[in-house]
Amino acid sequence: MSDISRADVEHLAKLAHISMTEHELEKMAGELAVIVDSVKTVADAVSSAAVSGDVPATSHPLPLTNVFREDVVGEVFTAEQSLSNAPDAEDGRFKVPAILDEESEQGPALRGPAAGEGSER
Amino acid sequence: MTDTIAEAEPLSYEEALERFDPVLGFEVHVELNTVTKMFSSAPNAFGDDPNTNVNPVCLGLPGTLPVVNGTAVESAIRLGLALNCRIAESCRFARKQYFYPDTPKNWQTSQYDEPIAYDGYLDVELDDGEIFRVEIERAHMEEDAGKLTHAGTSGRIQGADYSLVDYNRSGVPLIEIVTKPIVGAGERAPEIARAYVSAVRDIVKGLDISDARMERGNVRCDANVSLMPKGSTEFGTRSETKNVNSMRAVEHAVTYEIRRHAGVLSSGGSIVQETRHWQETSRTTTSGRPKSDADDYRYFPEPDLVPVVTTQDWIERLRAELPEPPAERRRRLRETWGYADKEFRDVVAADLLDEIEETVEKGASPAVARKWWMGEISRLANARDLDPAALGVAPATIIELNSLIEAGRINDKIARQVLEFHVDGEGSPEAIVEARGLEVVSDDGALSAAVEKAMEENPDVVEKVKGGKLKAIGALIGPVMKETKGQADAGKVREIVLEKLGIEG
Amino acid sequence: MIDVADNAELIRLTAAEMAAKLRAGEITSVELTQAHLDRIEAVDGGEKGLNAYIHVSGEEALATAAEVDAIRSAGGAEAEALHPLAGVPIAVKDLIVTTGQPTTAGSKMLEGWMSPYDATVVEKIRTAKLPILGKTNLDEFAMGSSTEHSAYGVTRNPWNIERIPGGSGGGSAAAVAAFEAPLALGTDTGGSIRQPGAVTGTVGTKPTYGSVSRYGAIAMASSLDQIGPVARTTEDAALLHELIAGHDPKDSTSLPDEVPAFGEASRNQSVEGLRIGVIRQLQGEGYQSGVLARFQESLDALKAAGAEIVEVDCTSFEYALGAYYLIMPSEASSNLARFDGVRYGTRVTPEEGPLTIERVMGATRAAGFGEEVKRRIILGTYALSAGYYDAYYGSAQKVRTLIQRDFDAAFETADVLISPTSPVVAFPLGEKLDDPLAMYLNDVATIPANLAGIPGISVPGGLAADESGAELPVGIQFLAPAREDARVYQAAGALEKLLNDGSQPLWAQIPELESQEA
Repeated sequence: MSDISRADVEHLAKLAHISMTEHELEKMAGELAVIVDSVKTVADAVSSAAVSGDVPATSHPLPLTNVFREDVVGEVFTAEQSLSNAPDAEDGRFKVPAILDEESEQGPALRGPAAGEGSER
Repeated sequence: MTDTIAEAEPLSYEEALERFDPVLGFEVHVELNTVTKMFSSAPNAFGDDPNTNVNPVCLGLPGTLPVVNGTAVESAIRLGLALNCRIAESCRFARKQYFYPDTPKNWQTSQYDEPIAYDGYLDVELDDGEIFRVEIERAHMEEDAGKLTHAGTSGRIQGADYSLVDYNRSGVPLIEIVTKPIVGAGERAPEIARAYVSAVRDIVKGLDISDARMERGNVRCDANVSLMPKGSTEFGTRSETKNVNSMRAVEHAVTYEIRRHAGVLSSGGSIVQETRHWQETSRTTTSGRPKSDADDYRYFPEPDLVPVVTTQDWIERLRAELPEPPAERRRRLRETWGYADKEFRDVVAADLLDEIEETVEKGASPAVARKWWMGEISRLANARDLDPAALGVAPATIIELNSLIEAGRINDKIARQVLEFHVDGEGSPEAIVEARGLEVVSDDGALSAAVEKAMEENPDVVEKVKGGKLKAIGALIGPVMKETKGQADAGKVREIVLEKLGIEG
Repeated sequence: MIDVADNAELIRLTAAEMAAKLRAGEITSVELTQAHLDRIEAVDGGEKGLNAYIHVSGEEALATAAEVDAIRSAGGAEAEALHPLAGVPIAVKDLIVTTGQPTTAGSKMLEGWMSPYDATVVEKIRTAKLPILGKTNLDEFAMGSSTEHSAYGVTRNPWNIERIPGGSGGGSAAAVAAFEAPLALGTDTGGSIRQPGAVTGTVGTKPTYGSVSRYGAIAMASSLDQIGPVARTTEDAALLHELIAGHDPKDSTSLPDEVPAFGEASRNQSVEGLRIGVIRQLQGEGYQSGVLARFQESLDALKAAGAEIVEVDCTSFEYALGAYYLIMPSEASSNLARFDGVRYGTRVTPEEGPLTIERVMGATRAAGFGEEVKRRIILGTYALSAGYYDAYYGSAQKVRTLIQRDFDAAFETADVLISPTSPVVAFPLGEKLDDPLAMYLNDVATIPANLAGIPGISVPGGLAADESGAELPVGIQFLAPAREDARVYQAAGALEKLLNDGSQPLWAQIPELESQEA
């Protein structure tokens, strides 16, 4: 049985921005463990003796490459169209409650692995 | 439980450098000047009304899909080549996932373990002409986020009541350039930092892939600093100062962080790995957010996009089209123009290489071109709070002004006035001189009468000149100018005085 | 005024027959559309109604119908240029965005959301002037195999209203089976077109990945999703596939290919010399005996008609379900991140505590998503998180390669492959709702095609009794190599003809439903 704790689910729920009650966390931990148990055989599959050599990953079912768009302006919304489904808006902008995470005030382009840090997985 | 010291009085810069060797690292984000965004056909434009440069794709509406801007890919390859990078034969985009209201899909489409360009270097020129090589780790393509405005008393994120989001910038193409750790900078670290950012800006400007205006955020820099005790080769803990967005700020931020780190380390404390915020007014940094385990971006290959595969032919075509590297160009221009080192440095610092080069190409001598651009044009621009280039003076105008002077039709002083009238929209120099009747009085009769009058009114001066003190003629020029309302040529006045006194000039 | 008897006949025509009658001027599109709207009115609402539709757009459909009728009666070049299916009504799965009609994805998250743009397939349908009857029910964000996970109620199977109609596209399948629409659009990520087709006795195709534009289909798993046709006959499915296929510059994964003549392929109906591969791994354990019996009869019929039946081995299929339930939730967890209450859709403010965007996002996603969606988001978040990526997502992508290799080898000895579409016939409502794993097993035969990107079709294979003795439809699946969608139409068309020989087609044998009209 996979070892997925209530705390693990709490961490995942936080990453996924889904508020969960204690009860939900407990229940999800149990369900997740069962599902993970049944799917984790994939790791065995690729390491099994039946498979000779390194198996490349397939991320796209059909191997297309270099699909590019001309740098020409297409459809553009008016502010009214942009905001047509907004739960809240002000001055032509989407309105959101206060942001606690002060990570960046100039956009998240500047978040992420730092120079010289390398990109390990 | 013991408290670790994380704050202390910064050491002086000199003291810091005596004890430690700095290690730098930079992440520079360059916003491309493509017509449309990275993955959508919405306009990439600055300064428009909020949420009017968006479409379903860059608003992240359900069901939408990205399509890569081919021009942005070519820009990335060209930048990679200009940074002496290797270009990936095949690379992919990846989703970097985190929730933030300025990020419409709650992931940023970026590149992770497969950047389009990697393993390059940039030779940056320091003030004394020394070259320092900065190794480039990678340059990758990604998209920008929208813009948040924080409402409330402070206008900042802290203490804001609510925030407003404008997605016009969402999806604007970015290239992020990441350096390898920079060691061996020593006491020149701040200077190297500024020179590096400046060199990157020159390159993207030269490639014409970005407007490269730092004040608009076209080029943004994160500066990483860590210290190693002298003699050590083990890197210390790094701080990451975000959004240092001017050359000067980069230099100051690196200086401050070196002093701060040294202060903490010298007091027996340890550096917290965190992001820092640059404070322009106090020229210090303040603590931001610590790096935490929660930074799990769950990168995975973007399934809605297909790989970018480069061919040798494609890369070589782009390489052949690269402009002359900025450093080489500067060397070439300095040699051809024959300026003194200081003169040339001032021109570079004033960012007027392009303008002077064009003016020289149109036929002005390098000296004349420099005189106008660094002199009167810069002065006028400064008075109007504009860049000299933004004043709208065409090289042809300078040529025209100069030929008016050379023909003796106006003098330098009048020429400067003519330039100002021109900038104010009064037309070509020729037309201004005509309309305002500014032509130098070269009619000998009128000038001769004025000289005679001045000589009569200043007999003592005339005596001195007669006595061989030719410099004294200067004292006659003022009255003559007054008489002719400034339209006299000083050389001509001198000639007439000498002639009248029968002295060989 | 058309009387009820005429209406009953009208809606029981195939789409191809409707199109022919429209062209011949024997019926009008307004009559045809109204007949379907009346049928929806009669059987879809009420406590025991099918609930195949989340939204019905009678006005818009009739306006399009009137437009087609006007063009046709005016004659001339414009009438000549009308699409062959112009005027034939259609239903659209509510995962596909439409302007002028709400799109909910079966979720509370998008309650009341009006898309400001049309999906590419919807644009094509509008251009071809097929009246859009409305939006059909589905499992929330297409996550499910029974259409029980919809925020807008369960859809009932018209063969037996106490049974599930399959999922996620149970609404489209039920609507087509119950003559509430002759044609419908579905989406298929792991079987969401084919499995509902199987359990409702209808035909559904999952096209080659990239054959139909995904632009405007709310993404569940980007590398698996495909929009496809739902119909009562193979020919109708082929005709609709032809209409919606083709390259779309708005979808980077769209194939730059010409659209083959699927309709023609479906009418070929010959299997003489066709090598049909039986996948050893997709039968036996877990398959109901009735399902296997109908499957064997289909094989016998095909063999008798001149097909060459061969056996193929696809050993890595053992891992297909595992790979699918890692890749799908991983991509879904990412695709569904955009639903956060900032730009559109529901926003829920927590009742207590400080008001911050983080807490609003958390509360919005807690309230807006149903249990199954949350389960998959958490599972996907887990599979992609640091330290687990290689073992889970990374391995699953490698299994994908193994499955493609199995298919490549199989297609060396066979022109098309065959299997039951679903291991079981329609099960009772509620039976598997609390057992996610049992629910996931419904997709075991359909998933490999999605992982490999190849085309698959489900066609009716007769009725079979389950353990309780209830007689319900069985689906037969044909698979073909990527870009060879025409082959599945040829094989399915042939089987359909063989099984219909001397009897009414299965879809015509459906028991009459009780009218739910008040």
